[in-house]
Amino acid sequence: MKLTLTEEQEMLRKTARDFLVDKCSKTFVKQTQESEAGYSRELWREMAELGWMGLPFPEKYGGGDMNFLDLAVILEEMGRACLPGPFFSTVILGGLPILDFGSEEQKQEYLPKLIGGEKIFTLALTEPGYQNYDASSIIVEATPDNGNYIINGTKLFVPDAHIADYLLCVARTRPENGVGIFLTDANNPRINYNVLKTIAGDKLCEVVFDQVLIPEVNILGQLAQGWSAVQKIIERATVGKCCELVGNMQRILEMTINYAKERKQFDRPIGSFQVMQHYCADMATDVDCARLSTYQAAWMLGKGLPCTKEVAIAKAWIGEASQRVSALAHQIHGAIGVTMEHDLHFHTRLAKAAELAYGDTNFYREVVAKEMGL
Amino acid sequence: MDFGFTEEQNKFRQDVRNFLEGEIEKGYWQPACDAWIQGFDPGFTKRVAQRGWIGVTWPKEYGGQERSHTDRLILTEEMLRYGAPAACHWFGDRQIGGCILSFGSEELKKEFLPRIAKGEAYFGLGMSEPGAGSDLASLQTRAVEDGDYYVISGQKTWASCASFAHYFDVYVRTDLEAPRHRGISEFIVDAKSPGFSRIPMTDITGTEAWNDIFFDNIRVHKRYLVGEKNRGFYQVLHQLDYERSGMERLMGNYPLFEAIIQFVKENRLSQEHEIRNKLAQLQIEFEVGRLLIYRVALVMEEGRAPNWESAMSKAYCTEFEKRLASVAMEVLGPYGQLVSGSRLVPLRGMAAHSYLGSKGYSLQAGTTEILKNVLAVRGLGLPSS
Repeated sequence: MKLTLTEEQEMLRKTARDFLVDKCSKTFVKQTQESEAGYSRELWREMAELGWMGLPFPEKYGGGDMNFLDLAVILEEMGRACLPGPFFSTVILGGLPILDFGSEEQKQEYLPKLIGGEKIFTLALTEPGYQNYDASSIIVEATPDNGNYIINGTKLFVPDAHIADYLLCVARTRPENGVGIFLTDANNPRINYNVLKTIAGDKLCEVVFDQVLIPEVNILGQLAQGWSAVQKIIERATVGKCCELVGNMQRILEMTINYAKERKQFDRPIGSFQVMQHYCADMATDVDCARLSTYQAAWMLGKGLPCTKEVAIAKAWIGEASQRVSALAHQIHGAIGVTMEHDLHFHTRLAKAAELAYGDTNFYREVVAKEMGL
Repeated sequence: MDFGFTEEQNKFRQDVRNFLEGEIEKGYWQPACDAWIQGFDPGFTKRVAQRGWIGVTWPKEYGGQERSHTDRLILTEEMLRYGAPAACHWFGDRQIGGCILSFGSEELKKEFLPRIAKGEAYFGLGMSEPGAGSDLASLQTRAVEDGDYYVISGQKTWASCASFAHYFDVYVRTDLEAPRHRGISEFIVDAKSPGFSRIPMTDITGTEAWNDIFFDNIRVHKRYLVGEKNRGFYQVLHQLDYERSGMERLMGNYPLFEAIIQFVKENRLSQEHEIRNKLAQLQIEFEVGRLLIYRVALVMEEGRAPNWESAMSKAYCTEFEKRLASVAMEVLGPYGQLVSGSRLVPLRGMAAHSYLGSKGYSLQAGTTEILKNVLAVRGLGLPSS
């Protein structure tokens, strides 16, 4: 057992942190969140030049040949910086599923463009209603049509769909009632987008498929992989979200400690009051627990070990822990923390969005219950 | 990062399990809650020692195995999983040995470490006093120099394992003039010394959990001074870091955890949403706590005392143990109140025992409040005043 990063990972972390401190100020975050696109093309290009999009992909497609744990380090830094943009959509929701389930032709076709930062990808998974992340929640249909498929229906909360070049759409196949993943050109005129206004200022979209024709060659991998492929995608997205959230929570903790050291009332720093100290101790415990359980899941994913339970534990824990940390941060910051003048709100809003993504604590508690044989 | 264990460690864990299962099969003992601190079984301790499993991290020349702290954690984790009666050697193995190794003279190392490792010397603690709990530096027990001896007089309280300990690790005031943190020294006191006496105290579960121990002008030779005179307070902080470091803070009631899950499965309660939810939450908290404790072992592996890290893990884990007991009581309903020996008692009375006993977990070895102070000030750098 070893719970420290390798020298290379530490370097990666430092590079990422320095880069993001320089390029991703809160002014930048605010402007970008308020912009229609929700990302900066210039920054996207620079990130591609740093090799970030290619990090977890094999060298033969132009990637960096690193594993999920390395990616976890970058995701944590992005969460820390509240970086807006389609990195998560493109790499975690688009690229890695293509790498896992795509044919060699599909990998050759799409991965180099993705790695080069030329194309943006995302995954259309969730649908209207309040279903959880299970196979029965997929109602959007893909019906066969002369060897091709036609997709009809509405997907919801699809991140960055409005700027994506390609969509991976999870749909129910008829007549066999299976689940398939279909790759489609996002600029197809029969696909309509509405960007939803969210608390985090991220760009979650409603995506309406109106008789969208998908050539057979654009089925991702084998249809027979079905829901198990989708589950793997969700599992990884879940851990990815946890990584972002760990970075976010760590930053919230640091901001709060600094504030408690500097802010004086009754002629002393408020951080010298035991109540404040215990709040901070509780926050630090939640953050460390979140980090350890998240990195355990990330390590197992990177090793290709079965980790349904560990992923569930990480997300179940961090969902509630992030909200506790955020609540205490606000309590310690006092009124300034609930204004737009202070940076805390960026972190609070993103933490809530991450808690809701890919299943909340209740959902994953149930996964753990099943894993326990209950 | 690597969250896995080496092949050798997996084999070691299996060896420990085989040994413990063999012990249970032979009927030597039954898994019990709190057995690490209340299960006095000299035969068991001797059999553990014969396998070389006491003082596993110590140098070979003192009877150790020079194994890693992670190995020791694997060993203790399994002892706790099976609720093994390890109280005779627990304190010596966990903290006194390490303390003697870090601060003791060569003479003390040679005298005590091999005997602890052989399961022949049991230790108790003499830290708290009636007037010195969380504020340990206010302790009043005194030692006055008299030639080659110190004469110790005073009273210690909350002494675990006192009814069978051969020796006590005792902190006393040796300089009345010095600032209070700088006038304390550490001694090893033989329980057979003239002037030593004890009065048992019964805890809320009805168990003799502690003793008041009395020192009536006990003469202790200077060679039993551990470390430097008047440096005792710094040494006790170091020792407390180790005292808080282990898996016993999470798994002291593991037999109850296993039993309640089994009970729920057997009684078809697992389809009840509330119960599923609560047990799953316990499992989540348990596994997270386990990671916190393995991190502590890895800190020790780096050669430093786990300070705020063990404060964090202990504060977290004792809360888990309280919740485990509460959930078990809720699941069992009115049967939960039945104590061991009663007609109809479920799970051998472990739920009631744990429910009552767990109230003390967040008090011993540093209250949760003190631990959070440690974490905030020493871990997070918040100002102490």
